Amino acid sequence: MSITVKDVEHVAALARLDLSEQEKEAFTGQLNAILGYADKLNELDTSGIEPTSHVLPLFNVMREDEVRPSLPIEEVLANAPEEEDGQFKVPAVLD
Amino acid sequence: MSLFDLRLTDLHNKLAHRELSVTDLVEHSLKRIQATDGQIGAFLTLDEEGAREEAAKLDRQLASGGERGLLFGLPSGLKDNMVTKGLRTTCGSKFLENYVPVHDATVVNKLRSAQSVTMGKLNMDEFAMGGSNENSAYHPVRNPWDPTRVPGGSSGGSAAAVAAGQLYFALGSDTGGSIRQPAAYCGVVGLKPTYGLVSRFGLVAFASSLDQIGPITKNVEDAAYVLQAIAGHDELDSTSANVEIPDYTAALTGNVRGLRIGVPKEYLGQGVDPQVKERVLESLRVFESLGAVWEEVSLPHTEYAVSAYYLLASSEASSNLARFDGVRYGVRAEDPANLMDLYRRSRSEGFGPEVKRRIMLGTYSLSSGYYDAYYKKAQQVRTLIKRDFDQVLEKYDLIIGPTAPTPAFQLGEQVDDPLTMYLNDILTIPVSLAGVPAVSIPCGFADGLPVGLQIIGKPFDETTVLRAAHAFESNTDHHTRRPALS
Repeated sequence: MSITVKDVEHVAALARLDLSEQEKEAFTGQLNAILGYADKLNELDTSGIEPTSHVLPLFNVMREDEVRPSLPIEEVLANAPEEEDGQFKVPAVLD
Repeated sequence: MSLFDLRLTDLHNKLAHRELSVTDLVEHSLKRIQATDGQIGAFLTLDEEGAREEAAKLDRQLASGGERGLLFGLPSGLKDNMVTKGLRTTCGSKFLENYVPVHDATVVNKLRSAQSVTMGKLNMDEFAMGGSNENSAYHPVRNPWDPTRVPGGSSGGSAAAVAAGQLYFALGSDTGGSIRQPAAYCGVVGLKPTYGLVSRFGLVAFASSLDQIGPITKNVEDAAYVLQAIAGHDELDSTSANVEIPDYTAALTGNVRGLRIGVPKEYLGQGVDPQVKERVLESLRVFESLGAVWEEVSLPHTEYAVSAYYLLASSEASSNLARFDGVRYGVRAEDPANLMDLYRRSRSEGFGPEVKRRIMLGTYSLSSGYYDAYYKKAQQVRTLIKRDFDQVLEKYDLIIGPTAPTPAFQLGEQVDDPLTMYLNDILTIPVSLAGVPAVSIPCGFADGLPVGLQIIGKPFDETTVLRAAHAFESNTDHHTRRPALS
């Protein structure tokens, strides 16, 4: 199965990326090469094999739901490209 | 003998006996950085003023006596993906060019408690994605042994700075080999601890199930000291392991008699440079002469590791990097038409080609219709790879092989060919997928370029890994060789 420029455009939209025509071309070729190589995994029969998402035998880490100190608002906003009234500012979401 | 040839313990003693001040050490480092970094490019941000202030403060403490931290007065550097309060942290990306964190990573706090002097932030492949440091959005790093060659990556700045004698140690991060491979290419020691041993809080996430911080040093004893200072449970990292931390330097007994070593045939097979193979076989003879025994073993799923890794790491990255949206920090595109336009253009302008490529690959693998075929399949293969290691490490104390199939390659040689670039990590990636600890140590040279020996251990058994590495080092002199930098 090979990836088309159209697939690349679809995935770019999902990933919130704007790609130039040149990037679309390049990624189409490169993703085909990488995924072609990844098809090697299909040589292995993995039926009944548990997937590993994590190597440690970890479980949910719980703690009491108590109030703890957090960063002051000025620090939280210190790196914001735009802010107003103690909030992050973005373009209007609704017209 | 230069100051830089001394071990951390020797420096510690000299400071204690007032033969040396912290300011002397810091000035010595600054001088070396000024003399060599134009050629090497290891630093992204040098904190000259902060380092001098800290040195003066520690010297006053030295004069008034009192307890000294484990890494007292020793100049160090941090890969630029560990956040430092008040000191710019770029992750090697234009996206974070002006990002000044408001908190410190746990490892940064730990180095401060140990009283090391942080000299600055070190160059890296953008968001730690790469194996040559050519993906830095700022400038490439050059290998101190041959400036026409790459230092490896993604912790290329950390490895090159230590190899060039700019710093006494550095921290790197390793997701698929990013500490071990540059350590091998630059002829220094690089330790990737067991997943979970060192807190990831404040490490900008690439692939959360694989990322791990570790030391890059000139010798194994120094690595044990630095590990001692940074290891340990952290409630701010929910994947941090709650295990007892042993005394790592006490484990360096020099005794490897009776140690059982497995040597995977897949690690000395096709694609491995004949000189690299020869250096590894010579190293095994050193272990033999010290009373260890080695046998050939098999890790049969080795050839599937690179595929599984690129699907898993890219999937995790595509999710982790969703946070870079131009709203809370980092670059924002000018005059966005709407919120979607703001996201799309900020990300497209801020990320470099390799980061976009991995986000695309990861997003594709996780997208509807492909999840089972790619992401889940890769997770199942990860299980098989982990079983390979479990089985061998049931019978053997250690696994030994090369760190990388070849020595450092030329800058520009592989930059247009992502797949070939990914295959440089073929011997480090399986270890990352299994989550076990491994160190790369210098084991000789191939045409004047350093070769790294990879020593892999059982989960949380860093002591045996370090003990074997130290015993080897004590009976060889590869780690004492320095590049002929002007």
